Amino acid sequence: MNERHPMDKLLREDRIPHIWCSGCGLGTCLTAFITAIQESGIPLEQMCVVSGIGCTGRVAGYLNLDSFHTTHGRAIPFAAGLHLANPSLKVIVISGDGDLIAIGGNHFIHSARRNLDMTVVCVNNFNYGMTGGQGGPTTPLGSKTTTTPYGNFEFPFSIPYLAAASGAPYVARWTALDTRRLSKSLGEALHKRGFSVVEIISPCPTLFNRFNKQGTGLDVLKSYQQNAVIQHGADPAKVAIERDGKIIVGKFVDIERPTFLDMVKERLGDKFEIPWEKLERKEVTVPSADE
Amino acid sequence: MESESGVLRGEHFLSGNEACAEGAIAAGCRFFAGYPITPSTEVAEHLSERLPEVGGMFIQMEDEIASMNAILGAAWGGMKTMTATSGPGFSLMMENLGLGIMTETPCVLVNVQRGGPSTGLPTLVGQGDMMQARWGSHGPYEIIAVSPSSPQEFFDLTIKAFNLSEQWRVPVLVMADEVVGHMTEKVTIPEPGTIRLTARRTPRVPPEKYLPYEPDADLVPQMAIAGHGYRMHITGLTHDRKGYPVINEEAQAELVERLVEKIRKNKHEIVEYQEEMCEDADVIVCSYGISARTSLLPIERAREEGIKVGFLKLIVVWPFPDELIDELAGHVKGFVVPEINFGQISLEVERCAHGKARVILVPHAGGGIHDPEKVLEAIRRAAA
Repeated sequence: MNERHPMDKLLREDRIPHIWCSGCGLGTCLTAFITAIQESGIPLEQMCVVSGIGCTGRVAGYLNLDSFHTTHGRAIPFAAGLHLANPSLKVIVISGDGDLIAIGGNHFIHSARRNLDMTVVCVNNFNYGMTGGQGGPTTPLGSKTTTTPYGNFEFPFSIPYLAAASGAPYVARWTALDTRRLSKSLGEALHKRGFSVVEIISPCPTLFNRFNKQGTGLDVLKSYQQNAVIQHGADPAKVAIERDGKIIVGKFVDIERPTFLDMVKERLGDKFEIPWEKLERKEVTVPSADE
Repeated sequence: MESESGVLRGEHFLSGNEACAEGAIAAGCRFFAGYPITPSTEVAEHLSERLPEVGGMFIQMEDEIASMNAILGAAWGGMKTMTATSGPGFSLMMENLGLGIMTETPCVLVNVQRGGPSTGLPTLVGQGDMMQARWGSHGPYEIIAVSPSSPQEFFDLTIKAFNLSEQWRVPVLVMADEVVGHMTEKVTIPEPGTIRLTARRTPRVPPEKYLPYEPDADLVPQMAIAGHGYRMHITGLTHDRKGYPVINEEAQAELVERLVEKIRKNKHEIVEYQEEMCEDADVIVCSYGISARTSLLPIERAREEGIKVGFLKLIVVWPFPDELIDELAGHVKGFVVPEINFGQISLEVERCAHGKARVILVPHAGGGIHDPEKVLEAIRRAAA
């Protein structure tokens, strides 16, 4: 009898092989995410994963949880409905940079503003992979994509800055190389009350990295090793990513802020009757920069 | 007067929009997401006050796109859900109306129609979204839409919309208009317990045997609720019975054919209309919403003139009562279709009349209701 992989029960095995390219960072992201789920202690029946469209949007379909693959950019408002209909659910959005920050950018900032109690994982590979490598809202200046053949001339968004400025009480960024810190940070985000945002910088060797002559997936991971600098508590305004520049990673924001439902409860008092089983929040520590 | 459950009862003087909101509460709706837009805003305003009183959740989203998505998400979270909008907001909801159709998510979308295109006449009436209601989201599908002519009907048909959406697992559109939304009239609310409500068709099998898109005999599948241990996958992609994406012609045929057939084959249970004096009629005035109501006066005048006029009011507009129109066309000279657009439902009447009777559209650009003289004139022409 074959031995079962400890993550198998969280994967829809009948959907494997996945669609991701060789060298793509999404497998690592998914592994880190599953590790975080397994270590979180949150009952699996309470977890819902919502994705939008794109390569990262396919994550929901591989997870053996209640999973929703919605329309492009709309994972967050769909998740908002799910969360508010049943606040005892732990709702997690996993999607890409184009999905969450361009077409879904308005939903992202407003849900952060409201501080809806959900976790948003944004895998940022700096381009639209599913449609063949077009420029997006996080494409660094000067980078080549199929729609920026002369090099990107649009200023990109810095996701942690956007999230923090919009009111997210937890903001972290890691690369797909930081698997252990990433899964710990995801665990911390899962237990954070409020709109927690984790950005994962991830390779796209088939498209973005090839167009920009950054080599194979392995080469890109090696560049993360050289260029990533851990700076916990760094000012989110100062963590913008430049082409071939340093990548500041770490936990930038971890503050307490009343959630949307806290505010509803405060305002409505006894009128607010939605049954609300509070999730047990475990203490999880992220390794410091010294570790 | 309120019952213990917080649902209003007795007689009330309500605007159409308020009646719609109360109808939603009576139907068991406990989640509303919306965005302010004239002339539907009062639905949201009223529910922002009333939903917390009945243990429900109101949220004002950042736009209509988000509102439509939020009600889909909340439906999978186990709630009966609704949004309300008008004009451009309806256009913005079309994208995820499609997601609701594809994922077979029960929910109600109210459109208090105003004059268009574009920003058009925010405060004034129109009925120009009837074909958008039918075809506005991309791809082939069937939809259900009802159309009220008064605040009482706005109340009743909102409840009906919830019931239809639960029964057939499709978003249901309530196609009202600015005049019906803003007119204030007596609304009689039935005693609690006497309102028939359709419950969600939740799984009758345990999780290990559950297939999210395995249809029952009536072509409608059972719907699990998030958090109940069914671990389902729901996608807007073409999917198989497991709910998994399958990108090929066969899967598309199986799924989309069922989405269409579940409405077409069950049409006899969905279609509803009001038919008066049609037995001996030479002319039938066929309309819906406010235009059905404003047709009553010209019909009365025409009868006084000795013209045998019947009245056919479409209560459920989509699916369209093809067979009924076909049958009536066999023994009338013509149909008169007043509507506040330049020909939408009139085209359907024409299609179903199969050339057996003439169809006269009484158009109106919007911003007001029909001049009874114009409808009367059309009746005279149809009778000639």
